[in-house]
Amino acid sequence: MKTETSYQELLKTSPYKPVKAKIVKTNKYTEFEKLFRIELDGKKDLEHVPGQFVQVSLFGVGEAPISVCSSPTEKGFFELTVRRVGGLTTAMHKLETGSVLGIRGPFGKGFPLDAMRGNDLLVVAGGLGIVPLRSLIHYILDQRKDFGDVQILLGCKTPKDMLFGEEVEAWQKRADIKFNCTVDRADPDWKGNVGLITSLIPGASIEPKKTYAVVVGPPIMYKFVIVELLKKEIPGHQIIVSLERKMKCGLGKCGHCQIRGVYVCQSGPVFTYNDLQQMEGECHEGECHVKA
Amino acid sequence: MKYAIIPKTDMPRWFDSLKRHGKIFGPKKKEHQYVFRPINEFEEMSLVYIPTILPPKKYYFPQKEALLKFSIDPYKTDKAIKEFEEFILFAVHTCDIAGIQCMDVVFNDAPADPNYLNRKEKMTIIGLECMSYCDSYASCTAVGNHVPRGGYDIMLTDLGDAYAMHVNSEKGEKLAAGKSYIREMSEADRGRLKRAQDEKLKKFHNEFNGDIKSVERAFDDGFFSSVWQDVGRRCVGCTNCTAVCPTCYCFDIADEMSMNLNDGVRARTWSYCQMDDFAKVATGEDFRPGRDGRQRHRYYRKFKYPVAKYNKYFCTGCGRCTRTCMAKISLIETVNGLLDERKGA
Repeated sequence: MKTETSYQELLKTSPYKPVKAKIVKTNKYTEFEKLFRIELDGKKDLEHVPGQFVQVSLFGVGEAPISVCSSPTEKGFFELTVRRVGGLTTAMHKLETGSVLGIRGPFGKGFPLDAMRGNDLLVVAGGLGIVPLRSLIHYILDQRKDFGDVQILLGCKTPKDMLFGEEVEAWQKRADIKFNCTVDRADPDWKGNVGLITSLIPGASIEPKKTYAVVVGPPIMYKFVIVELLKKEIPGHQIIVSLERKMKCGLGKCGHCQIRGVYVCQSGPVFTYNDLQQMEGECHEGECHVKA
Repeated sequence: MKYAIIPKTDMPRWFDSLKRHGKIFGPKKKEHQYVFRPINEFEEMSLVYIPTILPPKKYYFPQKEALLKFSIDPYKTDKAIKEFEEFILFAVHTCDIAGIQCMDVVFNDAPADPNYLNRKEKMTIIGLECMSYCDSYASCTAVGNHVPRGGYDIMLTDLGDAYAMHVNSEKGEKLAAGKSYIREMSEADRGRLKRAQDEKLKKFHNEFNGDIKSVERAFDDGFFSSVWQDVGRRCVGCTNCTAVCPTCYCFDIADEMSMNLNDGVRARTWSYCQMDDFAKVATGEDFRPGRDGRQRHRYYRKFKYPVAKYNKYFCTGCGRCTRTCMAKISLIETVNGLLDERKGA
């Protein structure tokens, strides 16, 4: 029997009230990207699904939606990797181990794990897209037997922009997954592929009927990657994306994240290619102007 | 007492008795327009009025409302408002009552909004039926809001020397009960009410070039219509249309610090999808660029999205967006434009 109030019950007092949390570890990957390991008050679990996001609260600064980058299989903490770009993320980058912040969420629908289980997975990460996908990758690696073949394709601008360096090296060495990465522009030390992430897809060996492709990256990337996936004949409902929007309240009320009739904070940020086709005219041109 | 009669001469007495229940807000003349204001004396009000500049929304969904009190060090959070106070909205038109019904649906939809629900619980609505059009901007008949359709505690209908009262809730019952000057409706009174309402209906007609079902179909097909480019070219992006709409509920959330720079409140303020940065994220990506797309979004949030989601039109027909538009963009003309385009096709 549970004696403690769960985190979700705590939130019920007001959906706008954040729960107190503490930074227990940080790791600065680049000038702009920093990882924060966070413990909720009482070491409660976030109870999230990979692909969901939280609202990070710094009193006096405000809130911003941030994807969770750790797996729910990792207990007692969760992790966020934050790019310093706006007001809250700039303030957050100044925080170190021991700093206190507020957390609301998790919000939205994560990746469709139940549907994906038992199938092959093709994970396509462009740039910062690796952040929410890291949550999924950790989850899969922790429950490796539940999934079929797993391939990870990673693309970033230059080798210096690569996040999670040691982990990426470990993925490369694993025998139970295929890993491939590419950079748009190499530096003298780079020995791997050079070119856009789309160049990695034609060579990937895929059984389209039993493959779920999970694609996360900047808006402009989707168009090009999805075209390649459709060429491979992966069905539309098995092409999964995660969309960036201005999530403010997380409750399907404030309106900022809406695409046509859909509140991304509640019905997304994870959608299928079939969902995207219903959003025509309200998407970024890179997201849904895709024709097979 | 479901239906009752109150002589007009007794309205001030009844109004005074309502003050014991809570603060009263009613329509008042302000220069050549009308506004909802706190009312002390019955005579201050203008009971014949065109829709107020802002709907009574400001009382149940304030322009600015604290959601949370906080302090940074030590980390503390608290509900911003401990107690909400009883209040009465007096002489609310049926279009604005429809607006309140829309907001009820939105803020009750899980996850529910405790601030709205608390205010709504303390709110009493006394409606006033319109017996003729307020002006040519209204489109209440098209959406069926020219007649009372629930959502009020008491509805007043003008019978000349008296008002018919439809008492529609326990709260309304309490406010009407035990007053010697309010009597139950007789058969003769019922006849008068029916005649008045029948006469009134002759004055109202569908304002659109098609019934509401055809409007729905026009919106189904009209997403890429040239109507939106036309509206977008004329729109100046002032956001007035969304500011005055009784069913617009978008908001922003921001923190405000007190002078000690440690304590503060997190407050929400009205925000508008017509603002050019409404859907812009920190990286600079703008997910709804262009006034055509933003205006289209506003219309679809009235005639399409909520119909799919809640089976409810979120245009109440009040006409405020047209009345306030600096570029003279008319809701009736825009909807008719979509309808005509479809007929032509």
